[in-house]
Amino acid sequence: MGKTIAEKIFETHRVDKPFGDVDVLRLDRVFCHEITTPTAIEDLVARGKDRVFDPDKIKVVIDHVSPAKDSKTALQGKILRDWARRHGIQDFFDIGRNGVCHALFPEKGFVRPGFTIIMGDSHTCTHGSFGAFAAGVGTTDLEVGILKGVCAFKAPQTHRIDITGTLRKGVFAKDIILKLIQELTVNGATNRVIEFRGKIVDEMGMDQRMTLCNMAVEAGATCGICLPDRTTVDYLWEFIKDEYPDKETALKAFSAFASDADADYADTKTLDVSDLEPLATYGYKPDNVKPVSEMRGTRIDQVYIGSCTNGRLEDLRIAAKVLEGHTISPHVRGIVSPATPKIYSQAMAEGILKIFMDAGFCVTNPTCGACLGMSNGVLAPGEVAASTTNRNFNGRMGRGGMVHLMSPATAAASAITGEISNSCLFTENQGAGK
Amino acid sequence: MKKFEGNILFLDRSDINTDEIIPARYLTEIEKTALKPHLLEDLKLDGFDPKKDIEAASMIVTRANFGCGSSREHAPWALEINGIHAVVAVSFARIFRQNMFNCGMAAIELPEDEINTIFNLFSKDQTRMTVHIEKSEMILESKHQTRTTNFRISDFDRALIQTGGWVGYADQHY
Ligand code: SF4
Repeated sequence: MGKTIAEKIFETHRVDKPFGDVDVLRLDRVFCHEITTPTAIEDLVARGKDRVFDPDKIKVVIDHVSPAKDSKTALQGKILRDWARRHGIQDFFDIGRNGVCHALFPEKGFVRPGFTIIMGDSHTCTHGSFGAFAAGVGTTDLEVGILKGVCAFKAPQTHRIDITGTLRKGVFAKDIILKLIQELTVNGATNRVIEFRGKIVDEMGMDQRMTLCNMAVEAGATCGICLPDRTTVDYLWEFIKDEYPDKETALKAFSAFASDADADYADTKTLDVSDLEPLATYGYKPDNVKPVSEMRGTRIDQVYIGSCTNGRLEDLRIAAKVLEGHTISPHVRGIVSPATPKIYSQAMAEGILKIFMDAGFCVTNPTCGACLGMSNGVLAPGEVAASTTNRNFNGRMGRGGMVHLMSPATAAASAITGEISNSCLFTENQGAGK
Repeated sequence: MKKFEGNILFLDRSDINTDEIIPARYLTEIEKTALKPHLLEDLKLDGFDPKKDIEAASMIVTRANFGCGSSREHAPWALEINGIHAVVAVSFARIFRQNMFNCGMAAIELPEDEINTIFNLFSKDQTRMTVHIEKSEMILESKHQTRTTNFRISDFDRALIQTGGWVGYADQHY
């Protein structure tokens, strides 16, 4: 019987199997941000174990509240900054160089196929798009990861999802993953790895694959994973070109991790997306999903385009295409947060930021703040947001606020009309009424 | 080892997420004690008043997928600082469940039928629960009845509880 990519990664990283169903894995990367790491650092200090297993494998960013909004968030940043300095952690990204962790770390080339990665952040599953096993963990797992470079996981059960068909214009990875979460429900993939396969995934660029894997956790999954292919190699080439003579050799090396044809899956499912139309969430759970066309008249107060789900260059390009030549509704506040400085400056060079600004958007620095209601765009009670983020929990973007999740195209279109609306990218090809 | 006994707080809903257990606005706290008054602050549930219902509780019994959402360990910490060391549910989100055992606390799964029975028999009354980790057994007592239920717990999870959590365990072994 063959093996899945997750099983192969487990096999090559196992350092212990203390009990039948538990594997302790060696970690290739431990990522850290300022919300969940300071408590781990403080605890290590209190235990007299202020050490790190390998400063080169630890990557650190301040991203959730940047710039600091008050003394407490300033202190979180300081604890992280001081710790990175005293342990010689070179890859520490402070304001001006920082960005949303799950956009920044791939962009810096820190993720490779076959890697094991943990972070004190549930959307760490995003990095599975490179063919890595990447899982969100709590502060204690993070603390042990920092100290020992290991983490314990249950043996991976993989749910293979084949995404097939032909995607209609104006329908994106975000719509696909919302559809899948609707079908699997919010705990349909708990303790499982979702392996994204099929022609649609093969055709996606890394930005869209990251969107797909990012929300795997909203179905409960430990990790979303895509098999490494030529697209993966192209993305990583600038970082690996000294390690491999050419792209073919790199691809061959990475392909060793790819799932075998006769691998054993806990479950398989085919999702034909040919009839898929743009989707949005409507309640307080990410599996409460319906077509945008059925949400007409849902008035919104704020549009947020950004986050680890949809704050990448391709997302901004698509939103700008919708916004170009339009201004947003007078009752809507538009906020766009390019996810990293590189994305920000590319968007500037391409004239995308100007389109946003001409439309009436506020362009913020790269940060997460609004997504979890901490800074840079918190909702007031009773307010409604159209957002490209990944969670619509009650109060997520501010106490008493409502969040509708959707693609950047739908969010941009909604900003223009002031209510949840399909984008011209979709409707122009579907005829009126959609 | 932590104590696993006391009164039950019944939370009759599935998919209670970590934003509801402890909202993000308190994630700027470095000290766990600061979380104490904010446990379940944003949870909207008929008949549930966080101000008075948490005070008396040392255990939670709830439905499916408890602790979904964010990885924040502030959720178990907010329980711990309020003296709640065990949650019993049909199922848990992976990260929350691991966080509980990593802190030396217990996240115990029971079949849906058993949870339904427990809700039916006990949720109207003040109920005390004692969980014996070694024996994989819990005893519920109200003024009307007593019920003993067995549960499954993996050897790893039991070891984490006995060593007081994952930092202690990992330090001994790796
Ligand atoms: S953008 Fe939102 S979901 Fe992503 S890491 Fe930041 S806060 Fe978390």
